[in-house]
Amino acid sequence: MITQLLTEFQAPTISWTYLLPIIILAGSGILSVLIEALVRDSVRRPIQISLMIGAQVAAFISLIWLGVKSFGPNGSGTVLPVNQALHFDAWTVGIQAVLLICSLLATLVLIDRTSAKQDPFVATAAAVPGSEYEELARQRGLQQTEVFPLVLFAITGMMVFPAAGDLVTMFVALEVLSLPLYVLTAMARRRRLLSQEAAFKYFVLGSFASALFLFGSALLYGYAGTVNLYGIAQVAQAHGQSGQIPQFGLMLILGGFLLLAGILFKIGAAPFQAWTPDVYQGAPTPITGFMAACTKIAAVGVLLRVLNYVVLLAPVDTQRALIGGLWVVAILTMIVGTVAGLTQTDIKRMLAYSSIGHAGFIIVALMGLNASTLSAVVFYLLAYGVATVGAFGIVTLVREVSEGGEVLGEATHIGQWAGLGKRSPFIAGAFSLFLLSFAGLPLTAGFIAKYTAFSSVVATGVSGMGVFNPVPLVIVAIVASAISLFFYIRVIVLMYFVAPAEERALTGELAQAGPNLADPAEDGDEPSSTSPEAVRTSVVLLDSAPHVEVVKSEGPTLAVIVVAAAFVVIAGIYPTPILGVLTSLFGG
Amino acid sequence: MDYANYVYLAVILFTIGAATVLLRRNAIIVFMGIELMLNSANLAFVAFSRINGDLTGQVVAFFVMTVAAAEVVVGLAIIVSIYRSRRSVSVDDINLLKN
Repeated sequence: MITQLLTEFQAPTISWTYLLPIIILAGSGILSVLIEALVRDSVRRPIQISLMIGAQVAAFISLIWLGVKSFGPNGSGTVLPVNQALHFDAWTVGIQAVLLICSLLATLVLIDRTSAKQDPFVATAAAVPGSEYEELARQRGLQQTEVFPLVLFAITGMMVFPAAGDLVTMFVALEVLSLPLYVLTAMARRRRLLSQEAAFKYFVLGSFASALFLFGSALLYGYAGTVNLYGIAQVAQAHGQSGQIPQFGLMLILGGFLLLAGILFKIGAAPFQAWTPDVYQGAPTPITGFMAACTKIAAVGVLLRVLNYVVLLAPVDTQRALIGGLWVVAILTMIVGTVAGLTQTDIKRMLAYSSIGHAGFIIVALMGLNASTLSAVVFYLLAYGVATVGAFGIVTLVREVSEGGEVLGEATHIGQWAGLGKRSPFIAGAFSLFLLSFAGLPLTAGFIAKYTAFSSVVATGVSGMGVFNPVPLVIVAIVASAISLFFYIRVIVLMYFVAPAEERALTGELAQAGPNLADPAEDGDEPSSTSPEAVRTSVVLLDSAPHVEVVKSEGPTLAVIVVAAAFVVIAGIYPTPILGVLTSLFGG
Repeated sequence: MDYANYVYLAVILFTIGAATVLLRRNAIIVFMGIELMLNSANLAFVAFSRINGDLTGQVVAFFVMTVAAAEVVVGLAIIVSIYRSRRSVSVDDINLLKN
């Protein structure tokens, strides 16, 4: 039997043009590794930076060119570049374009060394934290450029992930995007123990989720006899129409659940969200911004594909179970994101819970599954991604300063942000803007995103995901986003209406000693206890912490913040052009 | 010979692997649990390949082996770096990041 199959083998036809964006990124990643090995130390960094940025710009331009060629006026429509292993359809183009915009902004934050003249990554990741070797490396001004190839590989994985047309491609892309991120998480310059710990947690839980995904794929393969998504959809449809249960009929539902669990982990949806706050807090902040925006975008792309092929055509009872499970996940995610977000005292953790909440809203938005909801989801991802990258970009600039004037790590405790509005009105203003956009207040991109997403889901009604009416889900989403407004506003109030620690000390307002921040260079214990008073006022003020200062950007981060803030405002006031492009892309 | 038995074995191995990840305290053992989960998926792929008379499953197994090898590299690197800074690989000691 097997020899017979072997003789029937036919080589796939590959349309290389449509692989251009992915080839550019993967090729640059490999080139970047070679540069790392062969180019002199002193010139390596500028070369790596230009390669990384150039590759993304080139990939974006080629993607837009291919997108117009396929889906513009007189477009040729969907293309399958490698025998159904990859899809080049409207959804791929939309997701990949948003992904590249966000990754470009995130990598600009990453290359900024600020006025402290230190990049956010450790000089030698292999050195033991606090060792003499590490100190020596720091004094010699050693710098690391492994970051750049790793980021390029991660972006490659993220580009392939939502385009994947079979489960193997999907799994390999998932790993290609995850493995570099595990390493990048461990490379923070400051608070290295936290960074390594975050990497370990991310690695264990991430691989666990990948294993669930893989076993889900195995079960679906057993069910359908193919790993191809079209193939699985055909078998599931035949199963649903004939009513006859195939040999492994049960495996559709089990495999579907495991597959969804793996994807929902990457999206950061509850109950698979446990890693998010820890990893977002421990990772170097530019990487956190990159992960928060781009991983989520790629994973949402895959979630839709799985819903579209595996779930939508399945027999009704299977569909009920899987969509019902997704409902539970969406509601849990929104609740966890907003309720746990209320109690956070660390700005990065707070943004992490905010991103969990947004994952819930995006899942709600996906429930429509027609042209108008698809364009709404892509717009939501764009609004969320750009604002997230901007917000984490600002976090990289707000630093602690030692008594001697040396710039230390980021001032991530919310209390340290008190009075930022007076000291640097621009930074505080931009941050407030991003927070208001997360909350979904009118005149920001976040409002338009939520409005178009929820209204299109309601308009689709039962005809979308077929089995349930999504209105209750939308009501939960609106209530959750109203509650989340509280913790965004809390930070804004703190930045504008509370004086910074030094001033309060002068006027004798000094509260009880807050949690003590240890030496941030070798910082084991994060603020873990808060004084009872602080908990009561729910605005935790930190008085004994080092002085806080906003460092000057070398340029890229500032540019990212300006672009992101401008986008949030312009898309909030006049979203018609972007929505128009998306509508014409999805043909609805 | 009923090939479905191999599928049952794969499911059992997968469960053991998952339980290991969730219950054991040593990072290396946790890591072995993950490898067991990946390899049980391999077994399932190969068994289904035989049952369905389709070679894809066997090809997938090779992909998974490659990916698992890459994962070992990254995972062990992280565990070793943690061990060198803390002299411990117990999951319980890795608890700095908490509310």
